[in-house]
Amino acid sequence: MTERFDAIVVGAGHNGLVCAALLAKAGKKVLVLEARDEVGGAAVTRPFADGFSVSAGAHLLHQLQPKVMKALGVTVPLTNERLSTVALSGSGEHLFIDDHSVAGASDKDAEAFTEFMGWSDTFARFLNRQLMKPPPRLGSGQRKDTIRLARLGLDLRMLGRADMRDFLQLIGQNIYDELDARFDSELLKGAIALDAVTGTHTGPRSPGSLVTWLYRLCTGGHVSQPAGGLGAVSKALADRAEALGVTIQTGVPVDRIVVDNGRVVGVDTAEGRVSSWKVISNADPKTTVFGLVGARHFESTFVRRVHHLRSKGNVAKLHLGLDALPDVAGLRPEDYGGRFLLAPSADAVERAFNPAKYGRCSSKPVFEVCFPSVSDDSCAPAGKHVLSALVQFAPYDHEGGWTDVARADFLDGSVAALDEAMPGLRERILHSELRTPVDLEAEFGVSGGHWHHGELGLDQFMFVRPVAGAAQYRMPLDGLYLCGAGTHPGGGVTGAPGYNAAQVILERERSR
Amino acid sequence: MTEVHQGRLQTPFYSRFRAVDTLNEWHTWNGYTVCNSPYCADLEYFAIRNATAVFDLSPMNKYRITGPDAGAYLDRLVTRSVSVLRPGRVGYSVWCDHDGKVIDDGTIFHLSEGDYRLCAAGRHAAWFADAAIGFDVEIDDETADVAALAVQGPTSWSVLTRAGFEGLESLKPFGLIYTELRGRPVMVSRTGFTGDLGYELWMSPEDAGAIWDRIFEAGELTGIRAIGTDALELSRIEAGYLAPGLEFLPADETVRSGRSRSPFELGLDWLVDFTKPNFNGRRALAEEQRRGSTWRLVRLDIDGNKPAHNAYIFPRESRNKSDVGFVTSAAWSPVCKKNVALGTVRQPHGLPGETLWVEIYYQREMHWQRKMARATVVEGPFWAPDRRRLTPPSPY
Repeated sequence: MTERFDAIVVGAGHNGLVCAALLAKAGKKVLVLEARDEVGGAAVTRPFADGFSVSAGAHLLHQLQPKVMKALGVTVPLTNERLSTVALSGSGEHLFIDDHSVAGASDKDAEAFTEFMGWSDTFARFLNRQLMKPPPRLGSGQRKDTIRLARLGLDLRMLGRADMRDFLQLIGQNIYDELDARFDSELLKGAIALDAVTGTHTGPRSPGSLVTWLYRLCTGGHVSQPAGGLGAVSKALADRAEALGVTIQTGVPVDRIVVDNGRVVGVDTAEGRVSSWKVISNADPKTTVFGLVGARHFESTFVRRVHHLRSKGNVAKLHLGLDALPDVAGLRPEDYGGRFLLAPSADAVERAFNPAKYGRCSSKPVFEVCFPSVSDDSCAPAGKHVLSALVQFAPYDHEGGWTDVARADFLDGSVAALDEAMPGLRERILHSELRTPVDLEAEFGVSGGHWHHGELGLDQFMFVRPVAGAAQYRMPLDGLYLCGAGTHPGGGVTGAPGYNAAQVILERERSR
Repeated sequence: MTEVHQGRLQTPFYSRFRAVDTLNEWHTWNGYTVCNSPYCADLEYFAIRNATAVFDLSPMNKYRITGPDAGAYLDRLVTRSVSVLRPGRVGYSVWCDHDGKVIDDGTIFHLSEGDYRLCAAGRHAAWFADAAIGFDVEIDDETADVAALAVQGPTSWSVLTRAGFEGLESLKPFGLIYTELRGRPVMVSRTGFTGDLGYELWMSPEDAGAIWDRIFEAGELTGIRAIGTDALELSRIEAGYLAPGLEFLPADETVRSGRSRSPFELGLDWLVDFTKPNFNGRRALAEEQRRGSTWRLVRLDIDGNKPAHNAYIFPRESRNKSDVGFVTSAAWSPVCKKNVALGTVRQPHGLPGETLWVEIYYQREMHWQRKMARATVVEGPFWAPDRRRLTPPSPY
């Protein structure tokens, strides 16, 4: 391989594909190298038992951003465009949560919920406006950064005096106190608290958990289920990228990103060197710095920041092959196509988080559960079903390591908790697969097995995401860029990081 | 739990210094009690230039750097190339922060393949540990485990040879050998801070006293003297060496912008190797090289005999024009018979041959006097006798 490319994208995760496709659309000759045999990264559908398949990483779509779909002309066929949310109650008095309303709660809570969602939306819309643009670089003295910063300030000011003040106040606040001030229903508080902290290493009482809640809403607020699982989204993006002229090679791991005289010159693979002045890493920042480039090519202050990036995953993925759907009292058949939250109270979420701080798993985990097979029969044999669950909390740094015993214990505990909420579930299990953060790390090559390639917290947000010195998709090494979930705005199958990275790269070319 | 020592530490040579000390003038250096001057700084100075002077440099911070990536680690840490430093060689270098400003300078001893010792005046454990992230390397602070003695001056080789050290005749400047003295292992390097012929001896603290005694016994007839930091400081200025805290402030200790210095601004261009792989400060230094530096270190030969301590430097004799810099170290050099100084001036000033003016203040019977003195920028050290390089050195 002596061919030269305008850009090489390392990793065919959905952001890598978006970035590659946009560069190709702008006339660049782009190569995407993927270590695994299929594209998609953590947005992938794969079998986990005979006849059963599941979205093995992300299991629901929190909205591929319209701007991305429009720019690429991609549409994603959905089997369920808007999943309803059910907060499961042990007593059968479930809450049915829609975008802005809740059924099954007291009138007071129902009213408070609508008001809360309206309030949240105000700020989510503000964050939404920041999604599809690179964060300004502080103190660069450059005009475009000044303009970006001014726009951000203007956006904030446009919230109005009262809302702006609220926003500045809520930035460091936790979701627990906010929920406590607004609602009576423990179940409702539990459901929102869980959504606020899902995918992060925080409990509802951790500072900043209100912002993670808003982040969740700002990508669209609703969740969908793509036909064929999340892997289908990746395939659609890959097809579009190839149609635009991108060369995608799977099963070709990049051994290293080659640096010569202080700049990137290409990548080395088992098949040889591929040259390019630009390498865009879809891998997480730590893997990029330590695994692909090597610490020695960066300043030690920068390496230190990357090294200390908080990126230890805390979510396990549970896949069950079921003989039949569980029979939960109080649910109608159509409800099974929705999304279930198993968190009896905000305290239950916090208690589940407590042991995770000390490297232990939750003894009573909390769950987000869905049955993708209800609306998509391609993922299970006829009549059978798939349960896919996010199980919290399962720290990457398990105090004794994720031994077989530790896994079996956590699986037992999780199944027991599920069985309690969905009586009879246990007897219907044909197959089970538990994926701890360590497994997710191994499967997807994501350091720490973290969804967001790095904790989504205020200290790793916007201007400083993933770290200061690399928050504009550009690494402090000529020709090296990041385009993965580790960058602004973060994880979830949004395509935003990939889109923004492509904009930065093209913008830099134009300014030359 | 290890007991934390309270109060000043004593070096392994403390008892020997106490024995020769008459002035009782001491200060703290890196937590150790060290002697300003045991009896007379002037006489001690002349021992450096005319005989043999012995200085205790045990408080110098010593970091041992080992492991498969030790060489690569150092190459990323410092500005010079370490890969060209063969085992048995010593190299002077500086290390910078990411803005290309000097944190400190020091010497790197390549003890044996992949085994290094870095000596520096300041403490840098945290910086070195941070820089080690991503490298298979181990860094140990061995300051307290290694006693170090500088034996400097024109007769130093003869004294050490007479004391029983073998193999020094072929030891070249910036070389090191492992040898022994009456069964006590000693590493000897031909290095120093005086700009003259001299050696530094590195040994176990338990052997320190016995080795000191043997050297003084051997040097008795050639004027050997223990010296303090005052005399060393004068010889340091004559040799034109930089002192952290004077010629530059460690970049990690400065608060105001513009108060730190890059290697280029310290006349250390020769220490910055852009042909080697990445090192801390490389991008900033490349940028500085392109845009030009702000400051320049100058060595000044000044008219008259009043040391230009803390003097402002002017481009002309009339002080109407604003100053272009200031003196950082100044002394009357007995050996050069010159009034010398080191200073920092704004570029484009400070090229060798330029005539600048310094405003010297001195006190005479309470009243301050001020005078403008001509200062010529000179190249290289003020004092650099050929004997410092001669191998084998001349016997005395």
